[in-house]
Amino acid sequence: MKQALLSICAAALGLTMAGQASAAGTLETVKARGKLVCGVSLATPGFAAPDDKGRMQGFDADICRSIAAAVFGDGDKVEFVPTNINTRFQALQSGEIDVLSRQTTHTFSRDASLGLDFGPTVFYDGQGLMVAKSLGVASAKELTEAAICTLPGTTTAQNISDFFRAINGKFELVVFESPDENRAAFYSGRCEAITSDRSDLASIRAVANNPDDYVVLPETISKEPLAPAFRQNDSNWGDIVSWSVWLLMAAEEKGITQANVDEMLKSEDPDVQRMLGATEELGKMLGLDNNWGHSIIKSVGNYGEVFERNVGEGTRLGLTRGPNALWNAGGLIYSPPIR
Amino acid sequence: MADVQTLALAPPQPAPAAPRLGRLSAYFGTPGNTLVSVLSIAAIVFIAKLAFGWLVVDAVFSGNGETCKAASGACWPFVAQKLRYMLFGFYPYDEQWRPMLALLLLFAAFLLSMMPRFWSRGLLFAWILVVLPVLYILMAGGVFGLTPVATTSWGGLPLSFMLSFVGLTLAMPLGIVLALARASNLPAIRVLAVGFIEIVRGVPLISILFMATVMLPLFMPEGVTIDKLLRAQVAIILFASAYIAEIVRGGLQDVPAGQYEAGSSLGLHYWQVMRKIVLPQALKKVIPPMVGLFIGFFQDTTLVTIVGLVDFLDTVRSAIRDPQWQGIAVLEGYLVAAAVYFTFSALMGAYSRFLEKHFRTTHA
Repeated sequence: MKQALLSICAAALGLTMAGQASAAGTLETVKARGKLVCGVSLATPGFAAPDDKGRMQGFDADICRSIAAAVFGDGDKVEFVPTNINTRFQALQSGEIDVLSRQTTHTFSRDASLGLDFGPTVFYDGQGLMVAKSLGVASAKELTEAAICTLPGTTTAQNISDFFRAINGKFELVVFESPDENRAAFYSGRCEAITSDRSDLASIRAVANNPDDYVVLPETISKEPLAPAFRQNDSNWGDIVSWSVWLLMAAEEKGITQANVDEMLKSEDPDVQRMLGATEELGKMLGLDNNWGHSIIKSVGNYGEVFERNVGEGTRLGLTRGPNALWNAGGLIYSPPIR
Repeated sequence: MADVQTLALAPPQPAPAAPRLGRLSAYFGTPGNTLVSVLSIAAIVFIAKLAFGWLVVDAVFSGNGETCKAASGACWPFVAQKLRYMLFGFYPYDEQWRPMLALLLLFAAFLLSMMPRFWSRGLLFAWILVVLPVLYILMAGGVFGLTPVATTSWGGLPLSFMLSFVGLTLAMPLGIVLALARASNLPAIRVLAVGFIEIVRGVPLISILFMATVMLPLFMPEGVTIDKLLRAQVAIILFASAYIAEIVRGGLQDVPAGQYEAGSSLGLHYWQVMRKIVLPQALKKVIPPMVGLFIGFFQDTTLVTIVGLVDFLDTVRSAIRDPQWQGIAVLEGYLVAAAVYFTFSALMGAYSRFLEKHFRTTHA
């Protein structure tokens, strides 16, 4: 009854009925609107966090920008909508956002049951554990009856339970509602260990008084392939999201950077020519401008540049490429051929 | 230690004034009182010294995250650098004069509305026809050459204030109507009002917000979405109106039946009796609980962060997590939030006392 009341009230107020979510294809909706609406996290350093001017910065935000660049030729034509773990999938289902780029792990059940599809994995993460060096533990298996700090929800708690059940270990989970409390509790000694995705552990470690006192244990107890998501049954839009991401990766492989992308237009390499729209008409096949590839790289740079700028070794997170290196450098980042 | 001495020694000297002596003896009259007073003064001085040391002496006034990390005091550069973000969130940086102006307008409108001498039907129309549309146009743009800004980019203090104060302003008339409906002689109206009030009061605000923002869109026809901010605002109005209705009903019950009867016997019809005789007396009586409710709701609007709206507390929280400052300026951020919420809650409390006094003198 409240639903009906609410909708009546909203209608009576007669304000802002916006939308046409999936009546037309997402691409048409986005083009008509004049900007991409991208769901991100509100404050995850390195992935999506506002700078002093309230402009979203980070790895996930740059994925949004690359898609906007592919569609509009301008990476700034994107509106960031902060979503949280409770509202992210619903925001996508209801058409409130066009793409969800929010450190979201691609899992079977999400893919199969939530009315959404995932694009290529943009970041290979995995859950790890961090302890103080003084604890003298070299492996997660040596943690006995340890108190472990973590955040609620998501799959983090489940993964850690599964891990300790598999090795018949005992542990006590200490759950905190906010990341600040979680971190403070670990540093004050409330817990022997703290668990989260490795990228997150890196940022937690970065703010320690003395980061060298802490060590991330070698075990990666879960697979967390983070991927952008979009509504299912819209192949054209799915293609645009996926190939925008793959183009970032392919550009790194071919050595196209934000700085040299204009010169690369004259490149002799047929792959580069195709990617940047100098020859053939790949962009048109997606319903985009033919210089979509050029626009993407011009806006955010290639995959390696996006990585280094937001989470790489020069940043506070200080992550190494690890599994996120290109396939020909020992990593998992692999783009299908763009031809 | 100088502070302790002046505080402890100063009182005995200006002894001549008799009333002061009386007050003094209340503090130092008996050994027990003296002990409590001395301990309290010592505690106050201790806390004040700690706070002063942290806020000023050991504080960092210029520099960056690294300088703050090295110092033991407050980190003011964090506040200076992030203040605009904390206040206005994701609102486009170059357009932030608009939410600023909207905030000032809202303050001015409230200040005027708070003075009893301006209370009239005209004020109500001014709110509906001028203040709210101007606020909306300022924030949303799209006309008069203002760049359009989607409601998803609204955030920070203007969002908190609009949700709470505009919500309560609109909930107030609705709540009064509900209270009257609940006291009505017509069964159909009474049952509807009771049903609405009890259902709304029977669920937490958070579940109503969830329904409005997460479930409602799934029931909408394909392609139609109602603005998320509007949904939350309507949810808050409906929720607040049920609580206001119950408070007003308490006031109505306190008005003697003779007042209704006297009004009717003068030939006034129902609405005249209510507006001119009963409601003024009823509302006057419920000022303290009403303000208590308003303060509570002002703080409860922080719950909208659960449904993905970025209110003031949320912008503060995300500012704290900025990679440049993460783990360095946590307390400073929350202090800013506490200062803002405290200031406005205290103002509301002061206004409530003013109103009580005002009506006591005029109706004595």
